[in-house]
Amino acid sequence: MIKIVKYVIVDILRNKIVIAYTAFLLAISLSIFNLEDNTSKGLLSLLNIILIIIPLVSIIFSTIYVYNSSEFLELLVSQPLKRKNIWMSLFAGLAISLSFAFCIGAGIPIILYAASSTGFVMLGMGLILSIVFASVAMLSAVMIRDKAKGIGISILLWLYFSLLFDGMVLFILFQFEDYPLEKIMVAITAFNPIDLGRILILLKMDISAMMGYTGAIFRDFFGTGTGFFIALLVMLLWVAVPAWLSVRTFNRKDL
Amino acid sequence: MKKILLYALLFCTCFSLYANTIKVGRNENISTIAKGIALAANGDTVLVGPGLYKEHGLIVNKSILLKGANNPVIDGENKFEVVAITVSNVTIEGFTVINSGSSSVEDYAGIKIINSKNVIIRNNILQNNFFGIYSQHGTHCRIENNRISSTAVSEQLSGNGIHCWKSDSMYIIGNKMNGNRDGIYFEFVTNSVISRNESFKNVRYGLHFMFSNNDAYISNLFHNNGSGVAVMYSHGVSMIRNFFFENWGDAAYGLLLKEIADSYIDNNSFEKNTSGIVMEGASRIQVQRNSFNRNGTALRIQASCMDIDIKKNNFIGNTFDVSTNGSLVLNSFKGNFWDKYEGYDLNRDGIGDVPYRPVSLYSMIIEKNPPAMILFRSFMSSLLDKTERVLPGLTPEALKDDNPLMKPLKL
Repeated sequence: MIKIVKYVIVDILRNKIVIAYTAFLLAISLSIFNLEDNTSKGLLSLLNIILIIIPLVSIIFSTIYVYNSSEFLELLVSQPLKRKNIWMSLFAGLAISLSFAFCIGAGIPIILYAASSTGFVMLGMGLILSIVFASVAMLSAVMIRDKAKGIGISILLWLYFSLLFDGMVLFILFQFEDYPLEKIMVAITAFNPIDLGRILILLKMDISAMMGYTGAIFRDFFGTGTGFFIALLVMLLWVAVPAWLSVRTFNRKDL
Repeated sequence: MKKILLYALLFCTCFSLYANTIKVGRNENISTIAKGIALAANGDTVLVGPGLYKEHGLIVNKSILLKGANNPVIDGENKFEVVAITVSNVTIEGFTVINSGSSSVEDYAGIKIINSKNVIIRNNILQNNFFGIYSQHGTHCRIENNRISSTAVSEQLSGNGIHCWKSDSMYIIGNKMNGNRDGIYFEFVTNSVISRNESFKNVRYGLHFMFSNNDAYISNLFHNNGSGVAVMYSHGVSMIRNFFFENWGDAAYGLLLKEIADSYIDNNSFEKNTSGIVMEGASRIQVQRNSFNRNGTALRIQASCMDIDIKKNNFIGNTFDVSTNGSLVLNSFKGNFWDKYEGYDLNRDGIGDVPYRPVSLYSMIIEKNPPAMILFRSFMSSLLDKTERVLPGLTPEALKDDNPLMKPLKL
């Protein structure tokens, strides 16, 4: 299995897209921190990148990579190897290379310029989001045979998680304004890893505002040790569940 | 001969000025402070040696210097008032005053000044008293370098650190207060100065002004109080070079201005408060050269305020810069630095060419619908904010800074 992971990572590095992505992240984060004279504003700009660009690159690159390695997968399946191991190695290879790219591209500038608790939470969330969207990409790639359709679905999923979901939440908030929605809102965020990551970062970044009435409910849940732990657990579920579903589908798939 | 006479005269005056020192202590003839005071004449010194004195209801009714050597402790045994001063020209220094009684009818205090002038209370430690130092009808009194702490839990069952009522020309300097209801409380106090104090972890306010006109508080530190500093129903108050930080909570703020007029807020620093300044019904106030860093909301100005001049302040890293509750704007914003400003400066004079609108649409949405905070800083909310900045429709049209600065002011 480790051999396959190694092979996948070498292959990903060879096609240079991940290297370009790393360089892009590094350039953009460094310029953000150098342009802004206060780091809190730099972190704010970086937040937008983490919440929009990381999921986008992660999901699209992973989907395309899985489709492109279909012949390699067929070759491996013909060998005396478990299908589960093959699929998980592919996932591990993708997840490792994407996280590595993020750590170098955004992690180094964060540690250099903003080594605060906000910075570290941001780093952690970016890392988890990279892996979550690789996992979601694996699922969409294995479910749909047609490459163009699969990539389309991936883009739609990204659009859904980063924009449509929030629009829907805002709509619900205003339609049901007269009802106490605070607790339901906490539950709803569990359905979107991007929102979950954003709120965990927000609790560090806008601590002063969160201490007020508006943030009270989120602080009371996410601000506590157990709340943070549960949120982290849900994020890990977002990695595990799509990955597990994709393994199941791959096991039964007629290649 | 003349010279000798002169010397003789000088010697005589010296002798008559020389006051008696009465020593009180375990090893002296006089073992209680009350007895010491009874034996003293005006102008004498009563020097109290170290030890524990369980003397409640001690009344200083002579103009003396009551001095503690090595911090003698006066204990009120949780039942009584500890020390009361009823005449002018008294100095109390170097004592530890503990355990005054508490009551919901009487205002028991560690040290109380009653209808007196020129009283000096300095270098004392006051612990676990209902009220720490209490002045009623005090004039020209100095309260200096005292350390006042208590263990207040609720607002109803606790007193204030320094409480002044109907007093005038008070100097409150260099004290440290924590664990009281209010660190310093002023009611009907005029022409007074509060300076270099530190007031923290009090249950309600760090400093509380009621109906107190023409006062100044300068270079004080207020942090981690229940809800910050409140200045209410007063006019002519100068607030200069104070530091307000980490006043966190549902209804907490650095500074609350309620029904106050003709005042100055100058050179203060507001850091990490849920709200920096909250203004309700305030008028004719100059807010200048302050820095607002990393607050939840830097400035909340209710529509009931008028003629507030907000000039040359720095707003850096606040979640929201300004929030308001109506569309009426009778205040002016001029030449402030806003870190969220995205305009340009073509003629390079350091002043942005397009006005800055400090009220963001999303802050108004949250004001209306608090759970919407969950979408704060999402793609969706930034999109809403950006469109509103370009085409203001919901935020108050007149609330803008026409001359926003491009670079932060050096404060």
